[in-house]
Amino acid sequence: MAYDGYQMEAEMGGTMMEKILSSHGAGDCRPGDEVWIGIDNRTARDFAGASVVANVEKNGGAKPIADPSRTFFTFDCNVPANTIPYADNQQTIRNFARKHGLKVFDVDAGIGSHVVIENRLARPGSTTVGTDSHLNIMGAIGAFGQGMGDVDIAFSFVSGRVWFEVPPSVKLVLEGIPGAGAEAKDVALTILGRFNHHELLGKSVEVYGEWVERATLSDFITIASQGTEMGAVTILFPPNRNVLDYFGMTEAEAVYADPDATYEAEYRVSIDGLKPLVAAPPNPNNVHPVSQYSDVRIDGAFIGSCTNGTLDDMRLAAKLLKGRKVAPGVMLKVVPATRSVWRTMMKEGLIDDIFEAGGIISNPGCGGCASGQIGMTGRGEVQVSTSNRNFTGKQGAGDTYLAGVGTAVASAVLGRIAGVGELEGV
Amino acid sequence: MEKRTLVLKGRLWVLSRDGELISDIDTDMIYHNAHLAVTDVSKMGQYAFGNLKGYEEFAKQARPGDMVLAGANFGSGSSRQHAVDCFKALGVQAVIARSFGAIYKRNAINSALPVLEIPALADKAFAHFEQVEIDLGTGTLRGPSGSVQGKPMSGVARDIYMAGGLFEFARGE
Repeated sequence: MAYDGYQMEAEMGGTMMEKILSSHGAGDCRPGDEVWIGIDNRTARDFAGASVVANVEKNGGAKPIADPSRTFFTFDCNVPANTIPYADNQQTIRNFARKHGLKVFDVDAGIGSHVVIENRLARPGSTTVGTDSHLNIMGAIGAFGQGMGDVDIAFSFVSGRVWFEVPPSVKLVLEGIPGAGAEAKDVALTILGRFNHHELLGKSVEVYGEWVERATLSDFITIASQGTEMGAVTILFPPNRNVLDYFGMTEAEAVYADPDATYEAEYRVSIDGLKPLVAAPPNPNNVHPVSQYSDVRIDGAFIGSCTNGTLDDMRLAAKLLKGRKVAPGVMLKVVPATRSVWRTMMKEGLIDDIFEAGGIISNPGCGGCASGQIGMTGRGEVQVSTSNRNFTGKQGAGDTYLAGVGTAVASAVLGRIAGVGELEGV
Repeated sequence: MEKRTLVLKGRLWVLSRDGELISDIDTDMIYHNAHLAVTDVSKMGQYAFGNLKGYEEFAKQARPGDMVLAGANFGSGSSRQHAVDCFKALGVQAVIARSFGAIYKRNAINSALPVLEIPALADKAFAHFEQVEIDLGTGTLRGPSGSVQGKPMSGVARDIYMAGGLFEFARGE
């Protein structure tokens, strides 16, 4: 069977998406086909997890979990729970997990999608579903990931599979190399600003270019985590040397598009000499140069989230904060993505650097995007945030500007929106 | 269980603003996150479009059998099932839009709420409260104002809808 499948792929030429789906039971598939696919990792978080449990209990029968070793809960929204409904939901999940022998990455673990990558549960070419709408972050490792509703996820727990409409693939070529001070976040913001009229809606976006060949896993995580805001099904990065090394894999073990794959469209976007950007309220597509907002005073800055909560992000923040002070009256909140990032921060002295600069550091989790893990903004409060959504009400009632780590640090230190180049000595 | 057919007739709610169909109606506008603790589907209807400017009274005025017409990217945002179930609770038969958020479309189909995708939908093609007919099998929307062709519902999505939902489909498989 496997050999026949390979023959078919070789004849037809598949995109990364088509080949990942094919290798998970979809056979030879093309955009628009509705296919059943096997799911390697079936996850639910504390948000919607209790509804998943209810659906499984209602529909799953006596032995409801297809494969307990591939089924996980990840708590990251409200950790530890600071409302009774969340605490109730988490306990409902724990009880269910104990009964069926399922692993719970509990309130100490951090952001579920990052935990799944860190534990190498998701690998290049694999499939993961969960209740997190940013689970397409798996595109960072050249893998399939999708956030879905609780009925779908319950179904994946029970059957090990989901149905999926094969999305059209488009190719995005990033031309050039970003300028000094620009980060992966600024590349993500460039894409958000460029495709602000639903061009990527429902598409699987494969990204290529000179920068993509040398970027880090953290860079890819930052960009892939914003696929949802771009409207895309996923932003897929063909695994480069950095990503393959992280998983101890060879190119032959990962999934790449065939040379004769068919794309619905090809876009070329220049990131050459890119300078720091911000997405101003009220949406992530409202992207402009940082310099345009240099007279906006801020009340706070947030560094973290599934978009910018990796160890690389924390190292950059600490390096820039070392020997500097957050401006009087400004609150800098830092939330590492996972427990393992937190531990390394402690061992490397990063926590000390952030503390001495005047920042506060919380336990790992979704931080600023979740219901108040590290506080929310009040009316009129202005915040620079490294997260992925600045919709009205998402991170509180105030105004949120999305930006990279360097911009967040520089803004916190100067008390106004500023690029990293404005810090003395940088 | 109610009988499901591919041809549905009903009154059309045209969601528009300044003469244009409203796009990017997200899940918070459909069903605000303040009401996420509600688990009883029959209690969700009252919150439908409670946060969509100009349509706050939708839940009070909607009648069973009504259909909803919107612009692009309907249901973007979170994965909450409430944003589908609130329409089921009110007896809304179908949602028609230029395009849907991917997660929303799946949630709707899995709960047997038909969605009809019509990329070519013009802003003023249909009048508010017009009586229309949709054929999910052919992907057609037609009424006194005219007829427009969208994407036919096919394959797995059609099977799940006809079975009455994802788990119902799996049981019958």
